[in-house]
Amino acid sequence: MKAIDYWHCFLGIQTREWLRFWQQRTRFASALVRPLLWLVVFAAGFRAVLGISIIPPYQTYITYETYIVPGLCGMIILFNSMQGALSMVYDRELGSMRVLLMSPLPRPFLLITKLLAMGFVSVAQVYVFLLISWLVGVEPPRWGYLAVLPTLILTSLMLGALGLLIATWIKQLENFAGVMNFVIFPMFFMSSALYPLWRMNEASPWLYWICQFNPFTHAVEAIRFSLYLEWNPLAVGITAGVTIVLSLFATAGFRPQRTKILGSKPA
Amino acid sequence: MTIEARDISFRYGDKAVLKEVSFALTSGRFHALLGPNGAGKSTLFGLLTRLLALQQGDVLLGGRSLRKQPAEAMRKIGVVFQQNALDLDLSVRQNLHYHAALHGLSRKEARARGDRELARFKLLDRADDAVRQLNGGHRRRVEIARALLHQPSLLLLDEPTVGLDVASRRALNEHVRTLCEEDGLTVLWATHLIEEVQEQDKVLILHQGRLLANGTGQVICEEQGAQNLAETFHKLTGAG
Repeated sequence: MKAIDYWHCFLGIQTREWLRFWQQRTRFASALVRPLLWLVVFAAGFRAVLGISIIPPYQTYITYETYIVPGLCGMIILFNSMQGALSMVYDRELGSMRVLLMSPLPRPFLLITKLLAMGFVSVAQVYVFLLISWLVGVEPPRWGYLAVLPTLILTSLMLGALGLLIATWIKQLENFAGVMNFVIFPMFFMSSALYPLWRMNEASPWLYWICQFNPFTHAVEAIRFSLYLEWNPLAVGITAGVTIVLSLFATAGFRPQRTKILGSKPA
Repeated sequence: MTIEARDISFRYGDKAVLKEVSFALTSGRFHALLGPNGAGKSTLFGLLTRLLALQQGDVLLGGRSLRKQPAEAMRKIGVVFQQNALDLDLSVRQNLHYHAALHGLSRKEARARGDRELARFKLLDRADDAVRQLNGGHRRRVEIARALLHQPSLLLLDEPTVGLDVASRRALNEHVRTLCEEDGLTVLWATHLIEEVQEQDKVLILHQGRLLANGTGQVICEEQGAQNLAETFHKLTGAG
C-alpha cells in the first residue's frame, strides 16, 4: 500500500464523518444544551458556595464560570466519545464499520482514523461551546483558542480509545445508561472539572488521590493550561501517555466478534 | 484467479461451528453456498471477510494467503453483507465515495468508477438521492455496485435477498449472474432458499458446519439419486 492510499482513506473517513455531522446537525446542537446548562445554571448557583482562590494558570480571582469552562469542554468530548464508541460497535455505525473493516489498509490505522474523525467533530462542538462561553463573559486570551486545539484533539483520541476499549470488552456496558453511570459520571465528578483538587484534598485525601489517578483530570488540566497559554508538562505528558497506551490496547484488542459488527450472532 | 479454502475449522468456545471445510471456487462462475439457518454460512463469510480471525486452515486468493497477506487478499474481495451497510441519510454517490476512499482511490477515480458502475446498474439518475429514498432492491444494487468499485475478482454475497419481495429477489439474482458472465467475476452467493439456485450452478451444501456436497447441481443430484436440488438438499440436511 502506498502513502497516498492512506491519505485518500484518511480523507474519505473524515469526509463521511462531517457529512453525517451535517445530516444530524440538530442532534449535535442539542448535545450542546447539557454543557450550557452547567455553565449558565449550575455555575451561577454554585458561584456563591464555592470561592476560588488564585491558582495557576489563572492570574487573578476568577468566577466559577471561568473555572468550569475547561472541564465542560472535557465533558463534551467525554460524552461524544462514549456515545461514538458505542455506536461503532452496537448500533448506528454498524454498517459503516462493516465497510470500514473491508478496507485492505491495516485495522489499527482504520480505527484510529475513525476515532480521530469522531474526535474532530467533538472538537468543533467544543469551539461552538467556547464561543457561547465567551458571549457570557468567559474570555481566555485570544491565542488560547489556538493553543488548546492539540490538547482537545489528544483528549478526544484518548477518550475515544477508552470508549472503544470499553465497548468491545465490557458486555455489561453495552447501553448508554450503563456507560453514563459507570464511566462518564465517575470520570467527570472524580476530576478537577468542577472543583480544584486542593478542595477535594481538604474534604477527603483518598478521593483526592482517586482524582489524581483519573486521566480525565489531567486532560482537563491540559485543556485549562493551554487555553490560558500556560505550559503544563505533567498534564500534557500524562494525557499523551494514556492516549498512546489506550490507543494501542483498543486497536490491538479490537475483535469484531465481540461486537454486533458481524451481524446477528453467527450460528 | 483461483480461490481456495483449505481445511477451515472454527469454534466459538466449545462449540465447533465449522469442521474441516475445504473447497475451491471456479473462476468466473456462480457458486451457491446452500445451507439451512445455523449451518455455519455466516461464520464462513466472517472468516472469508476477515471479520473473524482464522483459527485453523487458510484461504488462498490467487495464491495469496488471507492469513499471511491479508491486505493483498482483501483487495480481491468484494462483499455484500446480509444486513444493510449503507448510510441511509447520505446519497448513493457519497456512500460509494466512502468505500472507494477506504480502498485508497482518489476522489476523481472514485467518481469515475462510481458513475460507471451506477450507469451499468441503471442507477445513475439516483446518484444524488439519499439511500433512504431507494427501495430495497435498489439499495441492494447500490451495495453490489459499491462492492465492485475496487474491481475485485471474488464477490461474496451473504443472503443478499433477505427482506426483498419475490420479484426483486429474482431480479437481483439474475443481475448477479449477468455480472458473472460479463465480468468473469467469481461469485459466492450464500442462501437458504433453494429457488435461488440453478442446476447448472456450482453448489456447496453446508450443514452443521460440514461441507456435504460440492459440485454442479446436476452432478450432486445424480450422486444423491435425487430428481432435483430441493430433493437433494432435503436428503442431505433434512431441511427444505
